[in-house]
Amino acid sequence: MATTTVKTETFVGKRIRRREDPRLITGTATYVEDIQMPGMHYAVIVRSPHAAARIRSINTKQAEAAPGVVSIFTGKDTKGVGAVPCGVVMPDLRVPQHTILATDRVYFVGHPVAVVVARDRYLARDAADLIEVDYEALPAVADPEKALAKGAPAVHPQWPDNVAFTYHQDGGNVDKAFAEADVVVKQRITSQRLVPMAMETRGVVAEWRGADRQLNLYTSTQIPHLVRTLVAGMLGLEENRMRVIAPEVGGGFGSKLNVYAEEALMGYVSMKIQKPVKWIESRRENFTCTIHGRGHVDYYEVAAKRDGTILGIKLKLIQDVGAYHQLLTPLIPQLSVLMMPGIYNTQNIRADIVGVFTNCVPTDAYRGAGRPEATHGIERMVDLLAAELKMDPAEIRFKNFVTKDNFPYATATGLTYDSGDYAAPLKKALDLVGYVKLRQEQADARKQGKYMGIGISTYGEICAIGPSPATPAGGWESATVKIEPSGKVTIMTGTCPHGQGEETTFAQIAADELGVGLDDILVIRGDTAVVQYGIGTFGSRATAVGGTALYYALQDLKAKVKKFGAMLLESEDVSLVGGQVIDNKSGKSKSFQEIAGAAYRALKLPPNTEPGLMATRFWEPPNFTFPFGAHIVVTDIDGETGQIKIRRYVAVDDCGNILNPLIVDGQVHGGVAQGLGQALWEQAVYDDNGQLITGELMDYAVPRAHLMPWIESHHTCTPSPVNPLGVKGVGEAGTIGCSPAVVNSVVDALSPLGVRHIDMPLTPEKIWKILAAKN
Amino acid sequence: MITQKFEYTAPKSLDEALHLLASGAKPLAGGMSLIPMMKLRLAAPEHLVDLRALKDLNYIREAGGQLHIGATASHYEVESSALLRQKCPLLTETAAAIGDVQVRNMGTIGGSVAHADPAADYPAALQALEAKFVLKGAKSERTVSAAEFFVDTFTTALEPGEILREVIVPIDDARTGTSYQKMAQPASGFAIVGVAARVRVNAGKVSFVRIGVTGLSNRAYRATAAEKALEGKTPSPADIQAAAALVAQGVDANSDLHASSDYRRHLAVVHTVRALKTALSRIA
Repeated sequence: MATTTVKTETFVGKRIRRREDPRLITGTATYVEDIQMPGMHYAVIVRSPHAAARIRSINTKQAEAAPGVVSIFTGKDTKGVGAVPCGVVMPDLRVPQHTILATDRVYFVGHPVAVVVARDRYLARDAADLIEVDYEALPAVADPEKALAKGAPAVHPQWPDNVAFTYHQDGGNVDKAFAEADVVVKQRITSQRLVPMAMETRGVVAEWRGADRQLNLYTSTQIPHLVRTLVAGMLGLEENRMRVIAPEVGGGFGSKLNVYAEEALMGYVSMKIQKPVKWIESRRENFTCTIHGRGHVDYYEVAAKRDGTILGIKLKLIQDVGAYHQLLTPLIPQLSVLMMPGIYNTQNIRADIVGVFTNCVPTDAYRGAGRPEATHGIERMVDLLAAELKMDPAEIRFKNFVTKDNFPYATATGLTYDSGDYAAPLKKALDLVGYVKLRQEQADARKQGKYMGIGISTYGEICAIGPSPATPAGGWESATVKIEPSGKVTIMTGTCPHGQGEETTFAQIAADELGVGLDDILVIRGDTAVVQYGIGTFGSRATAVGGTALYYALQDLKAKVKKFGAMLLESEDVSLVGGQVIDNKSGKSKSFQEIAGAAYRALKLPPNTEPGLMATRFWEPPNFTFPFGAHIVVTDIDGETGQIKIRRYVAVDDCGNILNPLIVDGQVHGGVAQGLGQALWEQAVYDDNGQLITGELMDYAVPRAHLMPWIESHHTCTPSPVNPLGVKGVGEAGTIGCSPAVVNSVVDALSPLGVRHIDMPLTPEKIWKILAAKN
Repeated sequence: MITQKFEYTAPKSLDEALHLLASGAKPLAGGMSLIPMMKLRLAAPEHLVDLRALKDLNYIREAGGQLHIGATASHYEVESSALLRQKCPLLTETAAAIGDVQVRNMGTIGGSVAHADPAADYPAALQALEAKFVLKGAKSERTVSAAEFFVDTFTTALEPGEILREVIVPIDDARTGTSYQKMAQPASGFAIVGVAARVRVNAGKVSFVRIGVTGLSNRAYRATAAEKALEGKTPSPADIQAAAALVAQGVDANSDLHASSDYRRHLAVVHTVRALKTALSRIA
C-alpha cells in the first residue's frame, strides 16, 4: 500500500525544479496533435487570400469528388451556429456579426471560408486546393490612422468611419494641470502589432458521442471552462453535455485566452459527420488567423513643473482592432488607460481611446495586454521630460514616485495600488549597474564619438486579474483539494497553467501546509469534467488568485484533518505539524495517513463531521495586485551599421513573495525575451492591400537564444496585502519592463545628435538612417 | 503546411540517382529550402531523389594540392572540419555563420550552392576562393568556375539532370589571410549582406586579393573593381576604404522589408572594410 512521506522540510521559497519539465523536454507530453481516436477525420480550412472581398460563389463540386473527402461545409451550412463572442460590454461598442465561416464577404487575409473534412489530412489539404471561390476584391485598409481618414475604405460597410468604439476617461483636473505647467512635452509613440507566436499552434479535436449526447472538445486553450460555456452556447448544446479538455498547451501568451471560430466549427463538424475530427493550425494560419497583440498609435502629452514634478498626462490612443472583436479586444486598450500614470504620483489624467476597424486579423491580449503599451508610453514620456528639463532620468523618477508611506494609493484612473516601494528596485538596479561610473564612461565615450546608452524603465503593472466586477467573466478562482484514503493529495485548480509551473508551485504550497512531500501531490487542471468551474490562466493571476483559493481550501481541509486527529488522539488540544496531528499536552501523534484512512473508513466520526477529506473554495480577490520594478539596459551602438548591442541588462523586479525563485527567473527571462522582441526585431507588417508580409518565420523575427543578452535578474520584496500568500504575479513583468528600457537606452545613446524618440522595432537600418541624417 | 504528394527515392548509387534525375526527378539534399517551399506549396516536385543517401558524396579531403568537398557535407561538417580549419579557414568561418545549429546540422554545401539563394553565405566565400564546381550528368562530368556557376537568383550553370557532385577550393599559403563578415537577417539568418575577403601580402604590399559578396544583388559576385583598387597597395586604412567604396559599383542592389538598397550598399562597403582588415590581421 502506498504511504505518504512525512516531511518536515518546507518547499515554499526554494528553487525547486519544475515537475512538469521531464515530460516536456523528453517529448512525451500529450498535446492536441498527439490525440488519436478510432475513426478520426481531419479538417483543413480554406481561407481568404484577400483582405476585403465579396464572395460571388463557392464551387465545391470538384473537391467533393476528391479522394477521401467526406464533407465540405461553407458559411451557408453554419448559419445556425452562434457568432464568435466578444466578451466586453461597453456603450458605443460596435460589434460586427462574426460568423464562424464567412458568408457573403471576407474581411481579412485568412478569414475562414470553407472547411474540408477527409479521412486523411493530406487528402483534405489536396481537396482544399480544388475549392473554387469567386471573389470580387474590394479596397482594403490595414493602417488604423489611414482607416480613420476621410474617404478610407469601410471595413464594415455599415460603419463608414471605421470606428469600432470610443472610450473616455478623466481624472482630477487636467486642464488646470496643463494651464499651470512650466513645460509640456508631446510625442507620438507607436506600439507595433506583434504575433504572439506560441510554439504550439492552436489545434482542436472534437469528438461527438451521439449516443451519449456528449461533445468532447480538446483544444489548446488557457480557459477551458469559459470555452465550454461559450462554445456550447454557439452550438446550441446544453453546457453539461460538453466537456472541454486543454491537454498540454505549448504556450499561449494571451493568444489562447480566447474563443475561436475553429473551436465551434470543429464541434459543428463532428456533430454533423458523427465522427471525431481534428484540426491543427499551420504556422501560416497562426500568423494570419490567431490574434495579434499591441497595435497602438498613442499621442501623449505630459505637463510638468520646472523642477520635474509631473502635473498631468493626456493620451489619445488609437487601437488597431482588426476586422472583428475577439473575446477581449476592446478591453485591452482600457487596461492601458488604467495603467497610464505608471507609478508616478499624478492625479490628473485624460484619455481618449478610439478603436479602429482594419482589414487585419483582430488584436487581443498578448503578454502584458495593454500594460506594455502604457508602460512604454509613460516611460518614454518621463525620459522626454527629463531630457527637456536636462534632468537625470533616475532623478526625475525618484522625484515623481508614489512614496512608500502612501499605500494603499488611489490612482487617478480608479485603481488602488496595494503596496509598493518604488524607489527600492531603482536604487538597487542603479547600484548593480554602477550607474554613476557608467555615466562617466558614457561621457568619455561620447568624446571619442562612440554611442553608448543607459536606459531606465521603472514600471508598475496590474496582476492577479482580478476582482470580478472589474472583469468581463468573473475574476475569482477555484481550487479543490482532496486527501485520498491512502493519504495522497490531489489538487484540482480552476486555473489552466500552460508553462507557468503551477504543477510545482501549487504542490509546494500544499506540501508546506499539509506537511507532506511534493511527490505525494498531483495537480490536475484543464478538464471541465474533472475540475470544478474555473476562470483560467492569464493576466498573471494563476498563483495570486488560484493559489489563494488553494490556500483557503487547504485551511478548510486542515481543520477537518485536525478534527479527525483530535478524535483519534482523544484530545481537544491538537496541532497539525510536519504531517502529523499532535496532542499538545501528551505529545502523542497520529500520522497523516492514519487520519486519512480513518476519515474514509468512517468507523467513527467527530461530532458534526462528514466522512472524507475534500475541500473546495472559490476565492474572490478584493483587489488586483500591483508588482513593480526597475530595468536598466546599457547599449552600445555600432556607428557604422546601426546595430545595437546590449552590454548589460539589469532587472530588479518586485513581485511580492516568491514561492519558487527558479520559476520566477524563468518568467523574467521569458518576459524580457518577448520585450526585446518588440523593442528590436518583431513586427507584423501588413501592406496597403492588407497582405501580411511578415507571415513566415523567415521574415518575422522572434527572439532566438543566440540573440539574447545575459539577463541579471534581481528582486526586492514588498508582499501584497491582497492575499495571504503575499504574492503579486510575475508572468508579464519582464515584457512590461523591457521595451522602454531598451528604447530609452538607444535614444540616450543618440541624444547628442538631438534624437528624442524612435519607434519600435529599433532595426539597424532605422538607427543607421538617423546616424546618416545627423552626421 | 502539408506538401503535395510526391515520390521519394533513396538511391543506392550515383548512377541510379542520375538516371532518376534524367527522367525528371528533383534532387533533395538537406531540404532546408526545398521542404519549406513544398510545405507552402510553392514547389511541388513529383519525385525527390535523396542525395544524402549516397554516402560517397559526403567527404572532405585533400588531393592534388586542393581541397575536395563532397556535395552532401553538412554545414556542421564543414564548420568542424580540422582539415578545412587548417587549410581553408574561410570556409569553416562561413559555414559557422549559416543559419542556426539545426540548419547547420541538416543543410549541405551542395544543396546551398545549387539552390543559389542570393543571400546564402557560402557563395561569397566560394567566389572569393575561386572555387571549382564538379557537375555530373548521366553521361558526362564537367568542371566550372565560380564565376560561371552562379548565374542569377536561384539559377546556376547546372543543366537539367545534372547534380553538383563536388566543390573544389585551393589551399592558400601562410601569407594569405581571409575573413567572412556578414549582417544576418534576424528572422532567417540569411545574409542581408555578407563579404568574404582573401588577401595575400608580399613585401608589405597586397599581391593578391579576392572579394566575394552575397546578399546585395541577384547573385553572389566577385567585386573585381575593389580588388583591382587594392592590388599593389600598402594597404593603409585609406586604401582599404577606397577599395571597399567600389564594392557595390555597377550592382543593382536588392531592396526588401529587411533592408533598402541604399542600406545594403552601405553595409557592403562597411563589411568589405571589416573583412579586409580582419583578413589582413590574420596573415601569419
